[in-house]
Amino acid sequence: MLNNLKNHKKHIFVAFSFVLAFTLLIAACAPGGGDGGGAGGEQKIRVNINTEPFSLNPGLANDTTSGGVLLQTFEGLTRIGKDGEPENAMAEEIEKSEDLKKYTFTIRDATWSNGDKVTAQDFEYAWKWALDPKNEAQYAYQLYYLKNGESANMGKASVDEVGVKAVDEKTLEVTLENPTPYFLELTAFYTYFPVNSKIAKENPNWYTDAGDNYTSNGPFVMTTWEHNDKIILEKNADYWDNETVNLNQIEMIMVNDPNTELSMFDNGELDWAGSPMGTLPTEAIPSLKKEDRLNIEPIAGTYWYKFNTEKKPFNNVNIRKAFAYSINRDAIVNNITKGGEIPGMAAVPPTMIKENEKGYFEDNNVDEAKKLLEKGLKEEGYGSVTDLPPITLSYNTSESHAKIAQAIQDMWKKNLGVDVKLSNAEWKVYIDKLHNGNYQIGRMGWLGDYNDPVNFLELYKEKGGNNDTRWHNEEFASLLEQSATETDEKARMKLLKQAEEILMDDMPIAPIYFYTNTWVQNENLQDVVLSGLGDAQFKWASLK
Amino acid sequence: MFIYILKRLFFMIISLLVIVTATFGLMRAAPGGPFTGEKELPPAIQANLNAFYGLDQPWYKQYFDYLVSIAQWDFGPSFTYKGQTVNDLINNGFPVSFYLGMEAILVAVAVGILLGTIAALKHNEWQDYGAMIIAVLGISVPSFIIASVFQYFLAMKLGLFPVARWDSFMHSVLPALALATTPMAFIARLTRSSMLEVLSNDYIRTAKSKGLSKNVIILRHTIRNALLPVVSYMGPLISAILTGSFIIEKIFGIPGLGMHFVTSITNRDYTTIMGVTVFFSILLLVSILLVDIAYGLIDPRIQIAGKKGD
Repeated sequence: MLNNLKNHKKHIFVAFSFVLAFTLLIAACAPGGGDGGGAGGEQKIRVNINTEPFSLNPGLANDTTSGGVLLQTFEGLTRIGKDGEPENAMAEEIEKSEDLKKYTFTIRDATWSNGDKVTAQDFEYAWKWALDPKNEAQYAYQLYYLKNGESANMGKASVDEVGVKAVDEKTLEVTLENPTPYFLELTAFYTYFPVNSKIAKENPNWYTDAGDNYTSNGPFVMTTWEHNDKIILEKNADYWDNETVNLNQIEMIMVNDPNTELSMFDNGELDWAGSPMGTLPTEAIPSLKKEDRLNIEPIAGTYWYKFNTEKKPFNNVNIRKAFAYSINRDAIVNNITKGGEIPGMAAVPPTMIKENEKGYFEDNNVDEAKKLLEKGLKEEGYGSVTDLPPITLSYNTSESHAKIAQAIQDMWKKNLGVDVKLSNAEWKVYIDKLHNGNYQIGRMGWLGDYNDPVNFLELYKEKGGNNDTRWHNEEFASLLEQSATETDEKARMKLLKQAEEILMDDMPIAPIYFYTNTWVQNENLQDVVLSGLGDAQFKWASLK
Repeated sequence: MFIYILKRLFFMIISLLVIVTATFGLMRAAPGGPFTGEKELPPAIQANLNAFYGLDQPWYKQYFDYLVSIAQWDFGPSFTYKGQTVNDLINNGFPVSFYLGMEAILVAVAVGILLGTIAALKHNEWQDYGAMIIAVLGISVPSFIIASVFQYFLAMKLGLFPVARWDSFMHSVLPALALATTPMAFIARLTRSSMLEVLSNDYIRTAKSKGLSKNVIILRHTIRNALLPVVSYMGPLISAILTGSFIIEKIFGIPGLGMHFVTSITNRDYTTIMGVTVFFSILLLVSILLVDIAYGLIDPRIQIAGKKGD
C-alpha cells in the first residue's frame, strides 16, 4: 500500500512536469504580439497575395504573385502609367533609331534603397544574368527580343554577344533582333528590371530574404519577408519620384483561402479582396454584385478550348467550326462565371483590339453550326453523327471548369446531337497530357504578358511549344513574320488582324470568354492603377 | 529496457527505409514533373535545371544520393520556392504547427477527459447524453465546417477573435479550437467507455467497501487505469497534430508545415515531398515509441522489455 502510494505520487509528479514543460514550450514559441494594424490617416493598407512568391529576384520571377510584389519595389526603364501607356521611369530620355532596332536610354539620377547609384551597368548585368542559361531563369524568353538573346539563352552564343551595353554609367545601348514596336511596354515588365549589381556580384543569394542585401529602386522597399506568412513594404524615401507616393506601408499577407479572404475584408482586416492579387469565392460574386460592392474590369486574357487537329474528327475544319459555333457563350458568362466576363468570339482580348468585343463569328449560331457539321461529316465520310468516333472533352480539375464543361457538353448534345464525354485531371497531369497530344478537346487559358496582340497569336505560330493544337498554317506564320519587321504601326496592326482572321477561320481553338478582374476594396482607397494586363500598382494610391 | 529501445530503433530505421522507398517510387510514377508548365522551357534551361536538382542522373543514383543526404539531415533545395531549402521550410513551418498543435492537444486532452469522466460517472443521465452529443458532433462534423462556424460567429459576429492569420495568442485560439474538436470528441468517448469498464471491476467494489471516499476512488483507482487507451491514442495524435493540418492552416492562413504536405504534391516539388514525409514519419515513429514506453510506466501490468531474464 505504502509503495503504491509513493508510486502514485511519482506519477502525479511526472504528469505535472509534462504539463509544465508543455506550457513552457508553448510560451517559448508563442507568436510575437502584433499590432492590429491601423487604417485611415496612417496611409497603411493590407492586401492578400494568396501565396509565397516563387522568387523576388526580378530575373527569376515567373509568376503573377512575384510580379505583383516586384512591380511595387522595383522600377524598369519604363513604367506603365495611369493611362495604361508606358512612361519614362528609370530612363530619363529614350532615343530610338529609324529602324526601331536600336534604343539608347539615358538613366536618370536615382539610387538603390541602400544609397548606391542606379547605373546602366545594373541593367546590363541583370539582363545578361537572366539570359545566362546557368542561372535557370524560366522567364528568360522575355528577353529574346534583344539581339542574340535567344541564342545566348540556348547556349549557342556567349552572353557577351547579347545586344545590351552600358556605354557609361548613364547610358544604356540596346540592340534588338527585330523592330519591336512594343519594346517600351516590355521594359516595364519585371524580367527587364535592373538589379543592384554591386550587391548581386558579391552575394549571389541576395534575393532570398529582406535585409541589407535586398535593395530595390522602386516606390516601395521590402522591410519584412516572413516566408509563407507576410511581406511588408514601406515607402522608399530614396525613390526619385517619392513625392507622388502616398502610402507609407503595404502589408501583403499570404492567406490562400478565398472565403477567409472575403471574411477578413468584411471584418476590416483587409483593404482589398479579389483579383489581381487575391481571389474572391465564386459563389459570393452574385451577392457582392447585388450589394453593389463588386468591381469588374476586363483584362487581357482569353479562356479557350483547344482542338487537337491531329485527332479525328477534329482534323476537319468544318467539324471544329461546328463545335465552336454551337456554344452559347452568353449563357455561360451570365449563368456560370457571373464575373462580368465578355463572350469571346476572337483570340485576342478586346483590351488589345477593341473590335474584338464583336469578334469574328456569331455567338450561339446553331443553324450555321448544323450546316458546317453536315459538311464536315460528308468530307470525312461519316454517314451521321452516330458514326463519329467517341469524343472526350478534357479539363483540369476545378469546380468552375467542370461547370463550364458540363454546360458545353449539354449544348453540343442539344444543338448538334453529339455525345461528348468529360474527363478531368490534376493540373500537372493535365498539362502533360496536352503537351503529349493525348486529348481531343482541352480547356486552357492565356493571360497576356505584355500589351500586344502578337503575345496571343504567336502561341500558334509553330507546332509544339505552347501550341498543343498541332495546327500549322504557312500564311498565318508568314503574316506574323512580316509583322515582326514592319515598323509602321498601322500596317503592322493590319497584318496581325489578318493573321487572327486566319486563326479564327481555321479554328484550332474555340474561344469561350475574355477574363475580367473582380474585387471588392476599401472605399477610402483610391488610385490603385490596374493595367490591361491585370496587374496592380500602388505607386499613386492613397487612403482618403 | 535498453536492449528493447535499441531493437525498436532498428525497426524504426527499417520502416523509414520502406517509407522513403515507397514515396520515392510513387512520386516518380506520377505524370508531370516540377517544371511541367503551360510554357515549355528552352532545352538549355531545362537541362541546367535538371542538373542543378540532380534529375539528370539515373533513378537509382538519385535514390541513393537521396538516402545519403537524408542521413545527414539535408533535404535539398525546394523546387517551388527559389533560394529556400526544404530544411528552411521545415524550420519555419514546424514551430508554428507545433505551437498550434500543442495548444490543440492541451484543449483536446483536458476537455476530452473531463467530458468522458463526467459522462461515465453520470452514466445514462442527462450529463452523459449531453457529453456524448458533443462528442458525436465533434467526430462527425468536418473540421473545415467547424472552422468556418467559429470564424463566422466568434470572429465576425461577436468580434472576439481575429478572422485569420498568425500573429498574437488571440489569433491562435480559433484554429486551436477547430483543430482540437475531433480529437477532443474521440478522447471523450475513449475515456467514457474505459471508465465504465473500470468502474465495474472488482477492485473498485473492494475500494468502495473499504469505505474510501468517492474522490479517492475516482482519482486514484479509476481515472489512472481508464486513461490507458487515451495514452495509446496520443502517439499518432501528437505526430499528426504537431505537423499541422492542411485545412485548418489554409482556412486560417497559418504559415505552418501542414500546407507543404499537399502543395508539394500538386507542385511536384520532389524534394519537399520527400522532406516532409520523412520528417512526419520520424515524428510518428518516435512518438509511438515514447507512448509505448509511457505505457509501461503507467501500467505496471505491462512490461515492455518482456519478463525479467528474457
